[in-house]
Amino acid sequence: MLQIAFWKRILIWGLVALGVTFALPNGFYTRVEGHNDALQLIDVQGETPELAAKRDGWPSWLPSSLVNLGLDLRGGAHLLAEVKVEDVYESRMDAFWPEVRDALRDERGTVGTVRRQPSPTDELRVRISDSAGMARALEVVRGLASPVVSLTGVGASDYEARGEGDTIIVTLSEAEQLATDDRTIQQSLEIIRRRVDEVGTREPTIQRQGERRILIQVPGIGSAAELKALIGTTAQLTFHPVVSRTSDKSADPGGRNVVYPSLDEEGTFYILEQTPVVTGEELVDAQPAFDQNGRPAVNFRFNPTGARKFGDYTAENIGSPFAIVLDEEVISAPVIQSHIPGGSGIITGNFTVEESTQLAVLLRAGALPAEMTFLEERTIGPELGQDSIDAGKIACLVAGLAVLIYMALSYGWFGIIANVALILNVGMIFGVLSMIGATLTLPGIAGIVLTIGMAVDANVLVYERIREELKTARGPARAIELGYEKALSAILDANITTLITATILFAMGSGPVRGFAVTLGIGIVTSVFTAIFVTRLLIVTWFEYRRPKTIEV
Amino acid sequence: MRLKLVPSETSFDFFKHARFTFGASVVAAVLSVIAFLVIGLNYGIDFRGGTTIRTESVQPVDVGAYRSAIAPLDLGDVSITQVFDPTFAEDQNVAMVRIEAQEGEEAITPESILAVEAALQAVDPSITFPSVESVGPKVSGELIQKAVISVLLATLAILIYIWLRFEWQFAVGAVAALVHDIALTIGIFALFRLPFDLSIIAALLTILGYSINDTVVVFDRLRENLIKYKKMPLRDVMNLSVNETLSRTVMTSGTTLIALIALLVLGGDVIRGFVFAMTWGVVVGTYSSVFVAKNVVLFLGLDRDKSKPNAGNQYADIDA
Repeated sequence: MLQIAFWKRILIWGLVALGVTFALPNGFYTRVEGHNDALQLIDVQGETPELAAKRDGWPSWLPSSLVNLGLDLRGGAHLLAEVKVEDVYESRMDAFWPEVRDALRDERGTVGTVRRQPSPTDELRVRISDSAGMARALEVVRGLASPVVSLTGVGASDYEARGEGDTIIVTLSEAEQLATDDRTIQQSLEIIRRRVDEVGTREPTIQRQGERRILIQVPGIGSAAELKALIGTTAQLTFHPVVSRTSDKSADPGGRNVVYPSLDEEGTFYILEQTPVVTGEELVDAQPAFDQNGRPAVNFRFNPTGARKFGDYTAENIGSPFAIVLDEEVISAPVIQSHIPGGSGIITGNFTVEESTQLAVLLRAGALPAEMTFLEERTIGPELGQDSIDAGKIACLVAGLAVLIYMALSYGWFGIIANVALILNVGMIFGVLSMIGATLTLPGIAGIVLTIGMAVDANVLVYERIREELKTARGPARAIELGYEKALSAILDANITTLITATILFAMGSGPVRGFAVTLGIGIVTSVFTAIFVTRLLIVTWFEYRRPKTIEV
Repeated sequence: MRLKLVPSETSFDFFKHARFTFGASVVAAVLSVIAFLVIGLNYGIDFRGGTTIRTESVQPVDVGAYRSAIAPLDLGDVSITQVFDPTFAEDQNVAMVRIEAQEGEEAITPESILAVEAALQAVDPSITFPSVESVGPKVSGELIQKAVISVLLATLAILIYIWLRFEWQFAVGAVAALVHDIALTIGIFALFRLPFDLSIIAALLTILGYSINDTVVVFDRLRENLIKYKKMPLRDVMNLSVNETLSRTVMTSGTTLIALIALLVLGGDVIRGFVFAMTWGVVVGTYSSVFVAKNVVLFLGLDRDKSKPNAGNQYADIDA
């Protein structure tokens, strides 16, 4: 009666063995981590005896994926940033204006003179002196628009123009706004990734969340403030001709000029030409260095077009000052001493070594397309994480032992069988977590402890049922079979409802809560598997071997 | 010799003191709602916005000195509480400093965090800051919304699942038990002003899962017994079912509680609130599956003819 097909037995033990093998690396965490890191380093910089020794610390034929430790266990910084995608609309409008102006100028006969009007940043307002030519003007402006390049916005054009009295109002079309937003976020993600990679930390998480948010988690970084300094700066580097120097913040700069403050000297402002000579986009390299006086500085090099513009400008303007501007602040405004050919230069200012190193990193990684605001930031120190791991380990051991003893006392031999399954179950949870590369968080540890408590439930249901069936005395084999058969619906219903809540937790939660949902969900699946298949197989194997006349559950 | 907390044969009448047991549950649930409305929850920064700074020092925590050091920074409502935990070392003194969300700011500026840290360092040079967390008001509003939606969604999903697998009366009974569990958990958090943050929502959802687990086991047995004992009054079938599953209920709650209590005592203070909610939820959830869920089903009554084949079919007798 109690028969399990041979292939099923192989399959069950195979799955258990697979789970436990994948769990194995976690038992030797630091060694396996050293092995993985060494492998990566050897890939990049070649083999050294030291790295080879580290690599050989763990046999390469064994699985080497580990459960990632969450920020709350490893320590690090977490940021949730919102990208001000509207920033890009403004620069789009500014870039579109010359096109509109030139196109309308060709129609001077019908539209008269054109003049740009002050407007909200996401609009371009142009007044034409002859409002009778409005229809023609709109036609011309609309003719400048081109189709939107995106999957969803097929058929729409990027700019929309409407007339209001004698004013043409140009805006980005909705489809173009969506496409632009998407590009802005993708670009921001890419640049953040480059900047974080430049600093070289382990396994950073950089993810898009929702429409315009980016989640950044960097393990091992000192504080969220540090991370913010790294990724929060726009790092828009520009070089402008200097018009004059002033101490009046609200000085009238005059047309097409701007007033920017000085970074070092409080109360000093520079009036600069708005259009930069060269921008950071044309940089190909930036490295921290020292100037001739031994002060920290940043060396940079332009690409060929940048180098030509820079060279031509310096040749024509020897003797006049030249401002190096970072995010609308003047770092320095040296006087051009001589023609600078070759396209390389040096930025000096009152830097510390750290500042010059960071500026070089930012310049190499490129400028962010839009500003970011930070909605959420968390820093967890590595010691706190270690404390949590230690406390979690002890709690897991104590909880596990207590449950094992309680089960053995309650169900005797059958309790011990359930205990073996429970241990395999915890092994399989870790195995699955490693396989899918899940992240273990502090609530995740709680989820495992809770699973230890709940995993025995399915066994308890079966055992209690076997006890009942034994009373009707149809022999132990039949009682075991009926016990499993009749307990099944309760086990499934009970666990499916829990799985439903775990799924909702996973879908709605974030960070640590999600980690908890993952371990809870995996725990449910593995505990049902071990209860229905593994303990059953253990009991059947034992039963076939001993052929007991009576059993006591 | 076996350890048996429950004798193998029991015949308790779980309805005998129904007026008291079910009544107590109703009263407790109502009191919890009142506590929630009158006292309110002590929301953590996840839901209210603001910043918490965890401090650690070898010097004893002097809350008064900390407070007067931070006061000149003019950051509004600042709360400072010392944290005690059996897992702390002898000279490990921990406190939590909470600063409310600053008006007109999405997240607190790093400058004000640095200012607070500098002020505390002036009081106690050995102080360190193992964790600093800030949540802006924009995100915290969304987090509340998400939390409420997820609890409602989970309840609804369970309601539908039980309805599909059992009768609708069972679904109502199960959800009544769930509402009871959530109300009592929120009630105790309001009553003792325990910090209520995102992890507590996770705990609430787990309680939902655990409690429904317990209730379903009783219902599953009830469904089986209803077919087996067609003539027995509903009340007696219910008593029988609860008695038959009592040993399992106690056993499972026992193992889960053992694991949770180990975590509560030894798991450290960071997850204490979370584990406490779960422990309390297991106790309340076990109680509700024995004393609340089936009372509601009994009150609603069951159309037991449905368990006969071809029920409601006027030709049923002819077919038979």
